[in-house]
Amino acid sequence: MSHVSFTVNGERRQLDIDTRTTLLDALREHLHLTGSKKGCDHGQCGACTALVNGRRINTCLSLAVMHEGDEVTTIEGLGKPGDLHPMQAAFVKHDGYQCGYCTPGQICSSVAVLKEIEAGIPSHVSADLNAKPGVTAEEIRERMSGNICRCGAYSNIVEAISEVAGSQA
Amino acid sequence: MKPFTYERARSPAEAAAAAARTPGAKFIAGGTNLLDLMKLQIETPGHLIDVNGLALDKIEATAEGGLRIGALVRNTDLAADERVRRDYGVLSRALLAGASGQLRNKATTGGNLLQRTRCPYFYDTNQPCNKRQPGSGCAAIGGYSRQLAVIGSSEACIATHPGDMSIAMRALDAVVETVKPDGTARAIPIAEFHRLPGDTPQIETALEQGEFITAVVLPKPAGGTHIYRKVRDRASYAYALVSVAAIVQRDGTARVAIGGVAHKPWRVEAAEAEIPRGAKAAAAAIMAGARPTHDNAFKVTLVERTLGAVLAEARS
Repeated sequence: MSHVSFTVNGERRQLDIDTRTTLLDALREHLHLTGSKKGCDHGQCGACTALVNGRRINTCLSLAVMHEGDEVTTIEGLGKPGDLHPMQAAFVKHDGYQCGYCTPGQICSSVAVLKEIEAGIPSHVSADLNAKPGVTAEEIRERMSGNICRCGAYSNIVEAISEVAGSQA
Repeated sequence: MKPFTYERARSPAEAAAAAARTPGAKFIAGGTNLLDLMKLQIETPGHLIDVNGLALDKIEATAEGGLRIGALVRNTDLAADERVRRDYGVLSRALLAGASGQLRNKATTGGNLLQRTRCPYFYDTNQPCNKRQPGSGCAAIGGYSRQLAVIGSSEACIATHPGDMSIAMRALDAVVETVKPDGTARAIPIAEFHRLPGDTPQIETALEQGEFITAVVLPKPAGGTHIYRKVRDRASYAYALVSVAAIVQRDGTARVAIGGVAHKPWRVEAAEAEIPRGAKAAAAAIMAGARPTHDNAFKVTLVERTLGAVLAEARS
């Protein structure tokens, strides 16, 4: 057993947990925040994506004990029914899901993608490494490639992200 | 996962000493490859040394005009660094061609050099694998080998090194800096860092027991046109079938390293004299002695064609 304390959605949490506990399992099984989903549990599907210190990561591939002092934001911390984050509202409006299982990861990833573009971080499809990347469908598709949607709602997901990006610009 | 104990390292030298004195200990940084392998019980460390608290997350200019990249610099930050984008574009491009945004946010410079092969037989614990269980045999030879090595392989192992970053670093003549358990530092040229499999495919690098990577040093910028072209089964988030990291000068000379074809980043300096004569001659020299399988013979042709595309792009 090991002790760790971190902040989740603005609330200080303390846990005594087995060292093997991933951040994803700590969120779901210990803190009962079941928005973050376990898909592949190997970093391939992106369903577990959450924000740690503002950056998106696969919470299934990180040990909870390695997050001492970190600030974690899950889908529950982005918005709530009646007070949706703009990205959540855009996913609803554009039907950016079917079964919804990958959606919390898609939305956390989307929010981070727009921040990454804003910060000028290039991607594989950016034509010029030294220019500020644009918010194009091509950029969004490449940057979201770590989030798999088994239902194939990709085109609606791109529309949702594009709308939020447009309203932020 | 098998149970393990956990500690947070306080200095690189202490981390190295702890790893040397604790049987079954491993360092953990980003953890994106190690934890995946621990869940599958391919890696079963009894003790993890968390090195994330060490202040090795800076990219600094060297007196020689190059860059010293701390071992804990995340892939995202390295790819996005203004100096790397401007002067070492092949490295930015290689990093951005690898993994996903989430993984690049965690994966580190040191850890990326140490990532294990994605050979399907290494991952399948029901199959023999000399890398996972020395002496058990190689199920990949005679098995499904489309992704696997075509050159530098042995009777014991035909696995490929899966990296992108390391392919660019090989073209850039990077140097890996380490600290040993006795506290002494050493610098390992990237050419000598990764090994061919030979009879001991379980030994993948020149690192000694407990030796810890502290930084990767890039020499001063080489100029030229920087290109990283990766050919894979889908447009994003896949390992290379073949990749080419190239730094091409105006006079047509170039430095070229190939990914996806061998147990290490594949570069043949002597073959680079052929590059001004064209991709066909150069690829023949780079891939001389290739021993592909029935499944992956296409990779030899693919190296020539990818190199041809890269040289054409550099001329345009």
